Amino acid sequence: MQRIGVFVCHCGSNIAATVDVARVVEAAAKEPGVVHAEDYAYMCSEAGQLKIREAIKEKNLTGIVVCSCSPRMHENTFRQAAERAGINPYMVEIANIREHCSWIHKDMEEATEKAVILARAAIAKVTLNAPLQAGTSRVVKRALVIGGGIAGIQTALDIADAGYEVDIVEKTPSIGGRMSQLDKTFPTLDCSACILTPKMVEAAAHEKIHIYTYSEVEKVSGFVGDFTVDIRKKARSVDMSKCTGCGVCQEKCPSKKAPSEFNRGLNTRSAIYTPFAQAIPNVPVIDRENCIKFKTGKCGVCAKVCQAGAIDYEQKDEIVTENYGAIVVATGFDTIKLDQYDEYSYSTSPDVITSLELERIMNAAGPTKGHLERMSDHKPPKSMVFIQCVGSRCADKRGKSYCSKICCMYTAKHAMLIRDKYPDVEVTVFYIDVRTPGKNFDEFYRRAVEEYGVNYIKGQVGKVAEIGDKLLVQGVDLIDNKRILMETDMVVLATAIEPNPDVRKIATMLTASIDTNNFLTESHAKLRPVESPTAGIFLSGVCQGPKDIPETVAQAGAAAVKVVGLLAKDHLVTNPCVAKSDELLCNGCSSCEKVCPYGAISYVEKEVNDHGIRENRRVALVNSALCQGCGACTVACPSGAMDLQGFSNRQILAEVDAICR
Amino acid sequence: MVYSYYPGCTLKNKAQDLDRYARMSAEALGFTLEEIKEWQCCGAVYPQASDEIATKLSAVRALNDAKEKKQDLVTLCSACHHVIKRVNDDMRHVEDIRTKANNYLKLDTPYEGETQVLHFLEVLRDRVGFEKLKEKVVKPLTGRKIGAYYGCLLLRPSGVMAFDDPENPTIIEDFIRALGAEAVVYPYRNECCGGYISLKEKALAGSLVDQVMESAMDKGAQELITACPLCLYNLKNSGAARKLPVRYITELLAEALGLMTE
Amino acid sequence: MHRTEKEQADLIREISGVDTRKCMKCGKCSASCPAYDEMDIRPHQFVSYVQNGDVKALLESKSIWKCLSCFACLERCPRDVKPAKLIEAVRLMVIRQRGEDYLSPNEVPELLDEELPQQLLASAFRKYRK
Repeated sequence: MQRIGVFVCHCGSNIAATVDVARVVEAAAKEPGVVHAEDYAYMCSEAGQLKIREAIKEKNLTGIVVCSCSPRMHENTFRQAAERAGINPYMVEIANIREHCSWIHKDMEEATEKAVILARAAIAKVTLNAPLQAGTSRVVKRALVIGGGIAGIQTALDIADAGYEVDIVEKTPSIGGRMSQLDKTFPTLDCSACILTPKMVEAAAHEKIHIYTYSEVEKVSGFVGDFTVDIRKKARSVDMSKCTGCGVCQEKCPSKKAPSEFNRGLNTRSAIYTPFAQAIPNVPVIDRENCIKFKTGKCGVCAKVCQAGAIDYEQKDEIVTENYGAIVVATGFDTIKLDQYDEYSYSTSPDVITSLELERIMNAAGPTKGHLERMSDHKPPKSMVFIQCVGSRCADKRGKSYCSKICCMYTAKHAMLIRDKYPDVEVTVFYIDVRTPGKNFDEFYRRAVEEYGVNYIKGQVGKVAEIGDKLLVQGVDLIDNKRILMETDMVVLATAIEPNPDVRKIATMLTASIDTNNFLTESHAKLRPVESPTAGIFLSGVCQGPKDIPETVAQAGAAAVKVVGLLAKDHLVTNPCVAKSDELLCNGCSSCEKVCPYGAISYVEKEVNDHGIRENRRVALVNSALCQGCGACTVACPSGAMDLQGFSNRQILAEVDAICR
Repeated sequence: MVYSYYPGCTLKNKAQDLDRYARMSAEALGFTLEEIKEWQCCGAVYPQASDEIATKLSAVRALNDAKEKKQDLVTLCSACHHVIKRVNDDMRHVEDIRTKANNYLKLDTPYEGETQVLHFLEVLRDRVGFEKLKEKVVKPLTGRKIGAYYGCLLLRPSGVMAFDDPENPTIIEDFIRALGAEAVVYPYRNECCGGYISLKEKALAGSLVDQVMESAMDKGAQELITACPLCLYNLKNSGAARKLPVRYITELLAEALGLMTE
Repeated sequence: MHRTEKEQADLIREISGVDTRKCMKCGKCSASCPAYDEMDIRPHQFVSYVQNGDVKALLESKSIWKCLSCFACLERCPRDVKPAKLIEAVRLMVIRQRGEDYLSPNEVPELLDEELPQQLLASAFRKYRK
């Protein structure tokens, strides 16, 4: 017979204001097996834990129930306290009388009654608990970073500097990401390439970093400490070991009509291309959809002009399989599509552009070589209008519910840079709110207004119409309460950002959760912001939520520290609450194998001794290292052979009985 | 293919061309518009308030009539289409309106929004197909530069009307191209001409019409077409003297199909 | 029946089905409104006036006769607030209270012309009187 102790926490007033804790203690004390019951203001405090340890020793307790907050919060705390007092940590049960009770009820009578029931269920369960022993699993001392933008690069550098191997997998032909497309960066206006390129070079040169560009993660299996990942290296059609990066192939390529992804489709590129001059690696790829050789079989100019003989039309995709202890997602963002926002004439007028397109136009390596000009007639604009919050902060179906966070600052930057370089250009910004939290951010925005004379109008734009070669902006000034009808030459839309659409696929492979906006969910919004709830998966950059470069770099470093903390361990303690099959009950139907999301169940032919009858049977076998304890198999099993240790069918039913009593 | 057809008040009177050429063209394209018996005026305005029931009943009657005949209901006038489509949406999704309307009408089986409401242009696009229409054209309108005037009622609110992209629609342009003419896209084609207020607010209606006309002329249109008798009236009669000719979509269609008797 | 301004505001919210608290005060409704310059109280102000219970001013506003019912405000509102429905609710409140207000049958003959479509009269009577 178990000797059970029940400890009821007040959690200050969090629980005690709604639940009569004294009555919970009184009721619990009457339950069978309970030999000790008490309450305390903060059970999780050192003094509270001491009470548990002392009671275990004095009353020879074998099982513990703590009525407190969610087990996500303090289950570990109380397990450790129990272990220090000499009992198995899995003999501890939590009755969640805070999140499941006091926080959601107002009436004390009802809440107290419910708290008593929850305590009773936990007592019934712990009566059937058995000590469990956690095993250990290995840690592969190598990390994978998915995405080679500034977030991925920074995370990789920080992990590598700590002495661990890191692989970066980047989908496009070069690392660099969105930051490589930017011209200047706020609030200090340093050139984006000037500060990014050294980091790209450092990553490429680092002896601990291996970069797979033009590659994608194809399959992930395994678990924290020991993931197995298939990486598809897409056929580059260029031999990386031979190419010298001379660029002659790109110059001579006769197919030059593909829209340049790097320049956001504002100009075209050759079919064999590197996305930008500072690309790393400086090895082009052949875009087979646009290559004449691949389309018609004729051409082959690049192969003819390549002195190094690096062109390889026969190259095939290659799958590389690697093991990793940790995986970091750094898949970044894109701007939303604007085809739903044609009141701004984005689809119909080339002079209505997104802010990211403006970055390319302003950049010396961009489609206009850095000259500010209209894309329709290549004339310099005399006036420009910026529209904020396009697709952000929307409750309708067209846009995103969140604030994209970076637009207020980059718009101030654009406005300032334009007024600085072209003082004759009138710049007007239509805004709803100007949001500038950040070091030196509001000062930066005020400079745009006060020093550079940018005209900020509080109000939105309802329509942008092409009239002749001008754009007629129809807006409202909410401060003056008047209609604004303004002819202008260019309109720039501060377009909402969204997570890279590929992230859904990647999150599914990693079993990492994402929210309704496709941002990856962090384990705790405040206290575990760079970890996914899936063990061993970490988050870096905008894949987790909108952020600017300084925040991205900070978060990238934080993710790296978490990875290093994991890789520094030689072994991981595994969760003993895993599935186990009773081979005498198993009928070999494979139902469990089919539902297991972790591939942890296999079937073996085995001789079993069924009450004296020895025979060969096909039975389920659980790999406890792979099992995550989700319990899907236990409900799928038709013969009741599958059970989850620590959450056995008997234990669950005992809880249900206790609740219904 | 036979469709139930709701012509509406104006098509029986001032907008007879819109009606007549639609029926002729339909036959030429292989479908029939079968007029609903004893239809009543839709009211020409969709009553937005949640407590307006009686003003929606004529639309429900028409919808139920089509339902009983197991036919889709085709409309032409933008205002009728707007009213009937939105009332149908209410009957489908707003329980309070559905219950009260059915209580008034005392139908054998309650009407619950079963009928599919189609604008004549949607029939051409989705049932006949513009490619097929192109084949049937005998007098292509080659060389003519025609602007589509959508106005507001066909497009908005887009969630219910589901007619086309409310800010950059293409259906009438595709229709114009199918007839062999050049479609002129201009930014004010989906802005309101002020038809509803043209009775009492002449100056406002005039300035809105001028804006539409200027915009269409700026982009090189030589004529405009519309599906709405109210828009047609307003575009013709309000605003400055400098304007483009405006005709109904079905006149243009009948012309291209060689059905005009001159 | 006499209602306080607050009760009138509640009634407007009820018959329009508009939740005025959803508004983030961006002004896109007014920026989109083709009749903006003719209005004494602008579409975005209808939302805040109802929110603040200032119904008297709305009932006296000439804006309710200027609204085109073109739904541009409703279509483009990023918060799905539907100002057009508020304007219609206020107009209904006026015509339900005062009866024929903005259009009397006696006026009609002189407004008519040869081409005037029937639907214009039908809609005017729907909009202007009860």
